[in-house]
Order: sequence, then C-alpha cells, then structure tokens
Amino acid sequence: MAKKLMKGCEAVAEAAIQAGCHYFFGYPITPQNDIPEYMSARLPKVGGCFLQAESEVAAINMVYGAAASGARVMTSSSSPGISLKQEGISYLAGAELPCVVVNMVRGGPGLGSIQPSQGDYFQATRGGGHGDYHPIVLAPSSVQEAVDLMQDAFDLADVYRTPVMILADGIIGQMMEPVEFHEKTSTRELPKKDWAATGWNPESGRPRAIVNSLYIEVEELQEMNDRLQARYKVIRENEARAELYNTENAEIILCAYGTVARICKSAIALCEKQGVKVGLFRPITVWPFPEKELAGAMAQDSVKKAITVEISSGQMLEDVKLTVNGKKPVEFFGKPGSYTPTAEEIAEFIMKSREA
Amino acid sequence: MLWTNIFAGFGGQGVLLIGQLLAYAGMYEDKNVSWLPSYGPEMRGGTANCSVVVSDEPVASPVINMADCVIAMNRPSLDKFEANVLPGGKLFINSSIIDKKATRTDIEVYYVPCNEIADKLGNPKVANMAMLGAYLEATKAVKNESVLDALLYKLGEKKAHLIPLNREAIELGAESIRN
Repeated sequence: MAKKLMKGCEAVAEAAIQAGCHYFFGYPITPQNDIPEYMSARLPKVGGCFLQAESEVAAINMVYGAAASGARVMTSSSSPGISLKQEGISYLAGAELPCVVVNMVRGGPGLGSIQPSQGDYFQATRGGGHGDYHPIVLAPSSVQEAVDLMQDAFDLADVYRTPVMILADGIIGQMMEPVEFHEKTSTRELPKKDWAATGWNPESGRPRAIVNSLYIEVEELQEMNDRLQARYKVIRENEARAELYNTENAEIILCAYGTVARICKSAIALCEKQGVKVGLFRPITVWPFPEKELAGAMAQDSVKKAITVEISSGQMLEDVKLTVNGKKPVEFFGKPGSYTPTAEEIAEFIMKSREA
Repeated sequence: MLWTNIFAGFGGQGVLLIGQLLAYAGMYEDKNVSWLPSYGPEMRGGTANCSVVVSDEPVASPVINMADCVIAMNRPSLDKFEANVLPGGKLFINSSIIDKKATRTDIEVYYVPCNEIADKLGNPKVANMAMLGAYLEATKAVKNESVLDALLYKLGEKKAHLIPLNREAIELGAESIRN
C-alpha cells in the first residue's frame, strides 16, 4: 500500500478501525479532537457507531458497556479528560474488560495548556484510578509507530482482558508524517470472548454472562486480585518492549519516550559532532517498563551514567532509578508543564554533565 | 541530505500549506519527512508557523529549534525566527511586505518579492507559491514537479486548472533569486 501523509490523530483513528474497532465514545478536548472528528466521519461507513457523549464520564462507561458485550471499542481524550475517565478505567480493569484508551497528553495540572506534555506518566503507568491495577501503556514516538501499536493495543487488550492505553503527546497527535497501513499481521491467538454478555436464553447451553467489578466477599475479591496480579506477571515477562539506539559502547545513555526520544536522537547527533558517544534507551511500553533492556545497556563498562529527559519534573526518572538501582548515577533534564526541550538544550546539558 | 525548515507568516498567507506541499513532495520522492504545525491558542490574523523536515535518513526530531532554512512571510516572523537559522543556513524574506533587512551576516539571505510576483500573475493567493519557488531554487530539496503533484492532490481534479498559475508562480519565485 502506498504511503499517505497523515496527522497523528487521524492515523490513530484509521488504524483503530482497521484493527476492527467499530465503536467509539468520546468527548471533545484539544489536542485530540481530530480523532473523534475522523471517527465520526468513518465509523458510520463501516457499520460502526460513533457517539459524542455528554461527558467523559459517560463516554468511558459506554466503553464499559460495549466492551462487556465483547466489542472492540475505544475512547480518546487528553489529560484533564483522561482524569475524568479514571473511575471508569478502574471499573474496566476490575471487570477484566478489554478496551483501548488514547491519551494525547497536554500540559497540567488542572486545565494546564493545550501544548504537549509528559506529565501523565505516573497516572498512566501506576494505574490512574483506584485499586491495585495497571493498564498496559504503549508510548509511540512517530505517527507510523502509533499506527502499528494500535493493532497491538487491541490484541493485547483481548489477550489479557485489560484496558490498554496509548500514551502519546500533542506533537504526535498534531504532526503529519508518512504512514503505511499494513494488512493485519497479528500472530497472537486471540481468546474467545465467552465471558461477554451477548444475550442469554435457556437454550444457550451456557451460564448467564455477568460482567461486574463488585466482589463483596473478601475471598472473592482476593481471587480477582490474584488473577490480575498473575496476569500482570505474565505481561511483565512477555510484553516489555524498548528501542536501543546507538547504545553500544556509549558513554552516556539518554532515557526518553515519545516525541522527546526523537529530539534526543537529534541531540545525540550534535554530541557526536563533538566526539561524544551518547546512546538512547526508548521504552515503547512504559508499563510494563522494559527493565532488562535498560539494565543491559547500563551494564556496559563504557557507560558512566544515565540522563532521563522528559517534559515533566521527572516521572519516568523513578522507573529508570529503580532499574539502575544505584549502580550508576542517574541525572535528569526537563521541565514540568509544556516546555518541549530543544536538541541543542539537551546536547548542552549532556556536555556540561560530562565536566561535572 | 537533510533539510530542516521553519515556515512562518500570518494566518491566511498559506505558510502551513507550502510547508505541507514540501512534506508531500518529499514523501513522493521516497524521502523521510515530517510536518509539525504550531497549534497554540492561535487566532485569525495571528502568526502561524510549521516545522518541516526532509531527509534521506529517518527523521530524528520533528521539533525544530535551529533550522537550515527559515521562510519569513511577514515582519513578526522575521523578528521571531531570524536567530533560529543555523550558521551557514538560508533565510528567505518576503520583501514585498517586509521592509527590514536581515541583520545576520553568517547566513545566506534571499529577498523574494512574493506579493509583487503574485500581483503580476493576477492572483494574490499565489504569493506563498512564489516563496516556495525561491526556496526550491536555493535548496533543490525536492523537484518542482513533485511539489506540483502534491498541489494537485491537495486541490483535487476540479481545481486542476489552477496548476499552470501555480507553476508560473514557482518559476517566477525561483527566477527572482537568480543573479
């Protein structure tokens, strides 16, 4: 298929439809409005349903309903809207329902700004809502990768019966890049959704499907939690993914995800001109965090330290520190809010950090 | 080959469009490209800009601070982005409406009378294409034909009759910076 130049938001929406998602429930907020806009035009043509809900809370509960009936379903929003959806996401996790939630992160806290940010890392990777759960969180750094990850997102959601979040930022959403839509290449075996509430009658030959996240008995709640934790263990072991760029024999390892990782690559080129070899560790899944890949890169004798770069006050920094576990220094460069660092600023920080 | 560019002007001058045409043209030539608009709380008549990267290698940062080329279609854009041209880079100034000269001496500066060219062609809307013509002449980043292919895609067949006019604007823009 020929390449198309597409805006990130529109490409994400198209990729979802091609992954078999025919249901979208959302509420407008910048910088992700192109997703619902695209869905509203396309979904009716594929026999699907687009619905602009009265609020984010309503939208995520419609997602719950569609997911409970076994449909591939998604919603999208940006930071303040995602906060409103957190109760629903917790319910989806508790009811073991698959769905995809896209967060085109903007500056916060509060209404913040409409500019890109990475301030929702903690919220995304630590669960976000109440209770002991994690969504799987994927962090694309290009429009093409966002497209490719959408297919994975729906498959992962179905395989592990869990909400999956696409954690991108306003730049990924608003930028245009060439994309190719590949034929579905999923190699995963998708489980039958025999738990779905699809209509029961006495002739069904199966028990009624009841989708619920309420377990009044302590033992039953314990059982559900054990089931989730066992699943998370499998996810941690099998689904962590990262890109290692230029890390072999590097002196410093930059740690960054999303758009910032791209800016880091430009900074790496600037450092190379000054004769300094810098590598990049870029998690593609931020939950589960790809500990092995980072630990492997950091274990090289050539590596003196890690520098984490984020549009936040240092959130992924904590996962990097937990992984490096005090063996080598971990420094931080970035600002909270919406300030996107430039390649020149990152390179300057690296060069100064070497002198210190 | 790597060209990092910032296209800037006021809303309505078509700077986002010529940036997009460059990105499309690069893609048609199997190059790696990215197009990133400023999407702040912009208002009608306010300033607009976009960062465009055209490269043989995968595009690293789509966010451009220091650019190989800055295209300034109006005075506020020149004031804002003159400092963002890399040493040895190129600065394109719409001399029809910017009376100020560039102050940098470590870059190449091109003065393009965009609006005069457009007026000569009888359509003020093609001033941006004249600027793009000058840019293509100076950088050879992509072929003019690829840009026109991109324009045809954007316009659609119904407006294909506008292609010759735009071709002329590109050519006159290119001619304006030839010595």
